[in-house]
Amino acid sequence: MNIINFTPIPAFTGGLIIGLAVVVFFLLNGRLVGISGIASNALTEKENKFDNLLFLLGLIIAPFIYSLFSNGGINISISNSYILMIAAGLLVGIGTRISGGCTSGHGISGIGRFSLRSIIATITFMIVGILTVYIKNLL
Amino acid sequence: MNKLASLLSGIIFGIGLVISEMINPAKVLAFLDLFGNWDPSLAFVMMGALVVSSPLFHIIKKKEKPLLVEKFNYSNNKTINYQLILGSALFGAGWGLGGLCPGPAITSVALFNIYSITFVVSMFVGFYIVKSFNLSSPR
Repeated sequence: MNIINFTPIPAFTGGLIIGLAVVVFFLLNGRLVGISGIASNALTEKENKFDNLLFLLGLIIAPFIYSLFSNGGINISISNSYILMIAAGLLVGIGTRISGGCTSGHGISGIGRFSLRSIIATITFMIVGILTVYIKNLL
Repeated sequence: MNKLASLLSGIIFGIGLVISEMINPAKVLAFLDLFGNWDPSLAFVMMGALVVSSPLFHIIKKKEKPLLVEKFNYSNNKTINYQLILGSALFGAGWGLGGLCPGPAITSVALFNIYSITFVVSMFVGFYIVKSFNLSSPR
């Protein structure tokens, strides 16, 4: 194992802001953030549809708002294989709805409440994610 | 007002994802590359989020009701079943393939990257499949 590109300060700062968003949503609207649930319910459920759509809109306009206050651009590096991204998207969409949560719902909201169910989910997707990257790098 | 709170929560959450670089698939994949060139940064994202949200959850949930709506509305599902493990494993595989989970994927739509948009569309197809075939974990 070599440690590379370690950026603990922006990571921790971003994490604090994410935590703040979760707290604001809970304190004001009484709901726990879980993005896969919010996104899926925005598509398929009538209950809270408008709230869910507004939350998603907030996520999408966030980079534009960030850019107003920041000099640096937002750079990402992503696979340029359509097949891989389609497979990844399907797995994430199907998996998160079968297990009832993703990195936010289980990883933050669930673990934050000390939910054993969410701790098990988070350990599982972390281990499988690590194994997937390991295997992908062997190929 | 609660509609505005939903939008605001989404914006804050999205800004956290941008600052922490969760939005960058290469950063996520480096976090999952535990046995190669490991970038531990994203562990600090989760820590930051939990430091803020966990203590405040436990304080806020003792309140009679949230500030803008009539009652708290969150799942207290404690079921640990095969769907939890299977779904989390599928999600982990998709996360390790593409380097995106639902929140960052939706936020990255703002960057007009065709590969992240491909992922998001596939993810919503995944949500729809689980809903259509009623595969989600029982509550």
